[in-house]
Amino acid sequence: MTSRMPAQHLSETVDPQSSDSVDPDAGILVARDLTVHYGSFPAIKDVSMAVQPNQITALIGPSGCGKSTMLRCFNRMNDLIESAAVTGRLTYHGVDLYSPEVDPVQVRRHIGMVFQKPNPFPKSIYANIAFGAKIAGIKTGLDQLVEESLTKAALWEEVKDKLHESANALSGGQQQRLCIARAIATSPDVVLMDEPASALDPIATLRIEELMTELKREYTIIVVTHNMQQAARVSDRTAFFNVSVSDDGHRTGRLVEFDDTTTIFTNPREKSTEDYITGRFG
Amino acid sequence: MRRTFLGAAVFSVAISVAIIVSLIGEAGSFLDKIDFSQFFADGWFPRRGRFQVMALIAHSAIITGVAVVLAVPLGIGSAIYLSEYARSGTRRLLKPALEVLAGVPSVVLGVFALNFITPQLVKRMFSTAETSNLLAAGLGVGILIVPLVASISEDAMRAVPDSLRQAAYGLGAKPWHVSLRVVVPAALSGIVAAIILAVSRAIGETMVVALAAGNAGILSVNPLEGGITLTGAIAALAIGSDQVAGDNAAFQSLFFIGLLLFVMTFVLNIISERVVRRYRQRY
Repeated sequence: MTSRMPAQHLSETVDPQSSDSVDPDAGILVARDLTVHYGSFPAIKDVSMAVQPNQITALIGPSGCGKSTMLRCFNRMNDLIESAAVTGRLTYHGVDLYSPEVDPVQVRRHIGMVFQKPNPFPKSIYANIAFGAKIAGIKTGLDQLVEESLTKAALWEEVKDKLHESANALSGGQQQRLCIARAIATSPDVVLMDEPASALDPIATLRIEELMTELKREYTIIVVTHNMQQAARVSDRTAFFNVSVSDDGHRTGRLVEFDDTTTIFTNPREKSTEDYITGRFG
Repeated sequence: MRRTFLGAAVFSVAISVAIIVSLIGEAGSFLDKIDFSQFFADGWFPRRGRFQVMALIAHSAIITGVAVVLAVPLGIGSAIYLSEYARSGTRRLLKPALEVLAGVPSVVLGVFALNFITPQLVKRMFSTAETSNLLAAGLGVGILIVPLVASISEDAMRAVPDSLRQAAYGLGAKPWHVSLRVVVPAALSGIVAAIILAVSRAIGETMVVALAAGNAGILSVNPLEGGITLTGAIAALAIGSDQVAGDNAAFQSLFFIGLLLFVMTFVLNIISERVVRRYRQRY
């Protein structure tokens, strides 16, 4: 089941075999009792889940349930928030992602990200796609990389004649596919998507969903979505997060149920999952 | 009420127009009195009827050049630090400190240039330097315009949306990649505008150059020698017991230089506005 992508680049000193307490065969990304604090308040608490390679895993739940926080743990984007602190364990191919030897910059080259709002750089289409390669010091084969990445993201035909025009001139849906192409141009293993279609119209949304299904052959995808139909359509497994509000008003998210998408949507184990997917709250 | 505010606006515009008209009028009389070839020869000794305007322009240009070479890297570097690296507490401490530097009266910086930069820096590095020299004046003006470059550049960088930084970090960028390859290019129009405004401020600076560069009227392109600038020439002519007045070329030359300064800064401001508008990147 496990992908053969080597994870040694993440750090020279961590031996994947040494992580004894977590079975690396359980998934490509495995969280054990993961808790994230913003300041002194937990945003998510005690999340344990295993993400399988070449599948689409959807994280769903009401606002404030911590699904985006969870997503940002996988590539250590939470490190960019001064007050965020992560405890528990999160392994990638058996390597502890939060071990001091692991360089978050390297993590993000293996685990790419697509954001809610399309965020192309105010540069040409070509420069956007080549950005990741350039900062990694790659200078040759960029033309080919740009063409391949845009082709995989189903955008090549639309932009091949205007590669050197500004990416800002593209439509919202095209910009989001550009951002996907930009993310896969760094040859990641996993692609994280934070509500990738929420700012798009239904047709552009459908294209993104088709693209995700195409991409899972090569990549492992974790997607946060507010749209339950979307989770049901595209994902293989679904994690339902719920939020509890403490007496002083702080919201803490917990993983309620994580199972095959069909099970979650047809025969959920928990009452709150059923209430959420049938639209009774959230 | 409306009339009061309209009156205030009309009054301000009227004063500006009056200044320009008087500048142009007196500058015209000056040009009538002298031969154009004088602009390029014999030094700047207006009381003796010698008007080598080129010398003034050259000295101003050298000082401005030195100031920009000092202030642009320092100012943009500070802006990158404040906008991209400093934690919020550090920024809250440093930003006001920078603004205090902007509030230092230029006469203080002039004295500093004359009594510290010249003896402790310039003369130690170059033993041939004169006591009044263009280099020290340029460094003094440079210190003066650092806060201007830093403050406007920082505003431009902070206006770059965080989503672009996130995108870059998500692609495995290091903080310096994010600063130099994403934030600075996205903020470039604001940074260029900051530099142009700083140049315009440097050309117009008077006290620092009057104190540190002296008032030698001989054209010198050696930064280690002194030399009078456009602004310095006006100050030297307009103050003191032997001030010039009346219908003579020396007095009228004041207005001609004033007009020259006005045109230069005006053109620079227009360029900076064009740059901002033309290269503003829409995020």
